[in-house]
Amino acid sequence: MQVSVKYFASLRELMGESSRLFDIEEKSSVDDLWQQIKNKKNVNFENVMATVNMQYVKSNHQLHDGDEVAFFPPVTGG
Amino acid sequence: MKINICENSFNSYEEIDAYEKKLNAKGKFGATASFIGSMRNFNEDKKIESMFLEHYPDMTESFLNQIANDAQKRFNLIDILILHRVGQIEISEHIALVAVWSEHRKEAFESCRFIMEELKSRAPFWKKEKTTTGTHWVKNNTPGT
Repeated sequence: MQVSVKYFASLRELMGESSRLFDIEEKSSVDDLWQQIKNKKNVNFENVMATVNMQYVKSNHQLHDGDEVAFFPPVTGG
Repeated sequence: MKINICENSFNSYEEIDAYEKKLNAKGKFGATASFIGSMRNFNEDKKIESMFLEHYPDMTESFLNQIANDAQKRFNLIDILILHRVGQIEISEHIALVAVWSEHRKEAFESCRFIMEELKSRAPFWKKEKTTTGTHWVKNNTPGT
C-alpha cells in the first residue's frame, strides 16, 4: 500500500524535501514507517512527533492505504 | 467563535475591540480575558533580529478549532477569538492572540490559559529565528506553568 509523507521545519530541512510517497507493507504502523524512513535516509532525529490525516496518533497506530502521515519536531507556536 | 491564521500583522487590542462590538452578547458577559504573544528581540542568550513561523496548512486551522471546541466544552464560555501569525515576523509584532468572553472571571482566566497552553504544546507551528550570525529553529517553548 502507499502513504504520503510530509515533513516540517528542521526535519524538512534535514530530509531535503517536504513530501514523498512511500510504499509500505500492509498493517505497518507509524513507527514502522518512521524506522523505514530513518534507515533509507540514514538520519537520526530525536523527539519526532507524528500525525495521520492531521490527527495526533501513537507510534503503534496502524496505517492504511492513502493515509497522509506527517513527521515533525516539537511544536513552538505562540 | 473566530479562528484565523494570517501572514499580515495585526493589532490585538483593535481585534479584541472589533470582535467584541460584533458579539451579539451585550450585557451577557462580565469577564474578558486575553493573552497576547509578542515578538521579543532576544531569546535565551541570543539577540534576535526577526523570525519565520512555519505551520501545517489545514491541520493547524483544524487543530486550533479543536482546542477552541474543547475549551467550549470544559468552560462556560460566551465566545472565543484566536489569531495567530505565520510567515515573516518582525520585532514587537504580535504573534498570537487568545481572547475569551464569559459570565465570570474564573472561566475567563482558566479557559484563556487552557487554550494558550494547548496551542503552545500541540498546535503545529515552528519558529525559526534570525540572529546576526544566521538562522536556527527554536527547539522548545518555555514552560508556561
